[in-house]
Amino acid sequence: MKFRSLIFANLFRKKVRLTLTIGSFAIALILFTFLAVVKSAFSRGTEIAGADRLVVVSRIGLTQLLPISHRDKILAIPGVKAVTHNHWFGGVYQDEKNFFPQFVIDPENQRQVMTELVVPDDQWNNFVKDRMGAVAGARTAARFHWKIGDRIPIKTTLYGGGSSEFNLDGIYHSERPGGDESQFWLQWKYFDENAPAPVKSTAGWYVVKLDSPDDAVRVAKAIDDKFANSSFETKTETESAFAAGFAKQFGNIELLILTIGGVVFFTLLLVTGNTMAISVRERVGELAVLKAIGFSDRAVLFFVLSESVVIAAVGGLLGLTLAYLVIPIIGLALTGLLPPLILSKSLLSLGVGFALVVGVISGLLPGIGAMRMRVVNALRRV
Amino acid sequence: MAIPIIYNVRSVKARWTSTIVAVAGIAGTVGVFIAMLSLARGFKATLVSSGSEDNALITRAGATSEMTSGVGIDSVKIIQDAPGIARGPEGPLVTSEAVLMAPIPLLSTGTDANVELRGVSPNVLSIRRNIKIIAGRMFQPGLNEVVVGKNANATYSGLTLGNTIGLGSSHWQVVGIFDAGGSSFDSEVWGDAHLLNGAYKRPDNLSQSVTVHLASPADLQQLKDSLTADPRLNVDVTREIDYYSKQSTRMTTLITTLGGFVASIMAIGAVFGALNTMYSAVAERGREVATMRALGFGAAAVIISFSIEALLISFVGGAVGCLAVLPLNGLTTSTMNFQTFSNLAFAFKVTPELLVKGILFALVMGLIGGLLPAVRAARLPVATALREL
Repeated sequence: MKFRSLIFANLFRKKVRLTLTIGSFAIALILFTFLAVVKSAFSRGTEIAGADRLVVVSRIGLTQLLPISHRDKILAIPGVKAVTHNHWFGGVYQDEKNFFPQFVIDPENQRQVMTELVVPDDQWNNFVKDRMGAVAGARTAARFHWKIGDRIPIKTTLYGGGSSEFNLDGIYHSERPGGDESQFWLQWKYFDENAPAPVKSTAGWYVVKLDSPDDAVRVAKAIDDKFANSSFETKTETESAFAAGFAKQFGNIELLILTIGGVVFFTLLLVTGNTMAISVRERVGELAVLKAIGFSDRAVLFFVLSESVVIAAVGGLLGLTLAYLVIPIIGLALTGLLPPLILSKSLLSLGVGFALVVGVISGLLPGIGAMRMRVVNALRRV
Repeated sequence: MAIPIIYNVRSVKARWTSTIVAVAGIAGTVGVFIAMLSLARGFKATLVSSGSEDNALITRAGATSEMTSGVGIDSVKIIQDAPGIARGPEGPLVTSEAVLMAPIPLLSTGTDANVELRGVSPNVLSIRRNIKIIAGRMFQPGLNEVVVGKNANATYSGLTLGNTIGLGSSHWQVVGIFDAGGSSFDSEVWGDAHLLNGAYKRPDNLSQSVTVHLASPADLQQLKDSLTADPRLNVDVTREIDYYSKQSTRMTTLITTLGGFVASIMAIGAVFGALNTMYSAVAERGREVATMRALGFGAAAVIISFSIEALLISFVGGAVGCLAVLPLNGLTTSTMNFQTFSNLAFAFKVTPELLVKGILFALVMGLIGGLLPAVRAARLPVATALREL
């Protein structure tokens, strides 16, 4: 490109300003990426939910237990492929700060329902045979540097109180990107044998796998109808509706973070755009000279635009690179508080696109001004 | 000799566009900084104020919250006779409580949120003394009646005085509204523990937790020693205020980490903005500076003068940021309490201390953004600068 040296000479005429503008761009992009990642972490549950799964909880309250006899009754409903049940365990590993969700699971049906959470067969077989067995999600295992065969002490109010040691028999991975790899699974049989009377032969909630996602509404209604007017009425929702209900309760926090961040982001963009406009305005005289010696209006617009696009691209890429490096660190600080912060490829390309759009817009206004100006007037200005 | 400050004020006014940009950057940063901190403070204050110094909470040993705890009726009887517990006209000030959860639609979105239901003993108001009935009356033991916290009353549909609601397997009349001073109890619904247990098919001989009123705050140790030494019991004894402040840690960590990161990224952006503004101020005023130097003002005077200008801009930015978030003070919002999975209303707390911190933060940003350009101004060679157009 024959005008490269001209564009570069213009870019570097004020090095400090160039650095600062590129810096502001980078900052804006880091902020944009971070907010997008946090937003997706808050709504992750809804995104990864299986369309062909229903969650059955007690109608009178989330913490109410349901009898285990519901399982066979649910299984008998046409359209239901498999049913599994869970309990919230709520133990503590070393310190309350080390939170991760612990579920008592039903080994017989877990894998038929949660098909995307994969455990190698040999590990799974060990777990099924081991009353004190446990399976951890890959993320939790990595967080505490557990390996298979480790004994994991969990403080609990059950089993006579104190601390129980579980054998880590397996580690599961999620086949679906962004899936929850933080859970810790325990054996239902052992739990049930040792549970106090009110908890014996109960399930915290059921997860139902359907033959077809199209059946969701009908089957959900059939389940609730089946237990209507019984002592243990149910509330059945699709997994994504259930997750959304949970996420909505965080609602305000998410909204606040996003509104505040959004306002700030746009302020930063204004600042950046303004700086670019100033730098064009300063050189009106030079641009007029270019036009006077025969460069076309389009060429002038092209010079201005390519300058701002180069700044935007460099700043944007710098910002995304920094975000790529920094976000995992923040994610680590938030382990156990938020689902993992994942910087997806689509988010990165959205960021690049965004930077370029802002670059074009912030160059376009002063560029069009430069294109339209009359050479005589501009040259007369000092 | 120092350069008069009026010079800076006038030059800020002369370059008002770039000043506004710098002020906006700093104001935004300070605003976010204070908003995030006040949110975290508010959440913490809500939970901390739920506990009081002279109450003790007794849960099953190892339980992290009332949700995972259970205390049998035999244990409650032993606890009642323990030393250090205050006594009222009707016996020891002890409330054994059931903590349940009910899905009730939010007024704002119409979607269900988990409301904490607390089954309490009838004497609960003499144990939690900062709680006052502000409308209606207390529930009567043995009747299907509930009282609701003032935030619950304002947040959920149907929790109004005189209304009847379905909880568990029975219907309950709302007979009173109580004010718990902005604590987490304000988001709760209270009723007779025996009846609520029945409605939720919970065994009546098991409570989740026991709260006792201590004869004096210093009696906690005595109570703790006596209960933990008793072989018939398997319980933890915590000062109520400690229990609740511990509950707030996860949410406050989340808010402060997220907010801290956003605010520090923005601070860098704002410093860039200030640098840009001050550098162009210096560049445009090369001749002015050179003139002052020629008149006999020293390099130090120039540095001080430009720093003062940057501080002036950042102070205005900080003040604007503070004013912008001031209306947030007292604004009530709600989120899920991680420890109990129930919905908790709390208010932003913009304290004078936070405002001072915000202004200081702004000044630091201004100083960083102003110092380098100031040094450059002082270093300008007088002769060349005077010759500039």
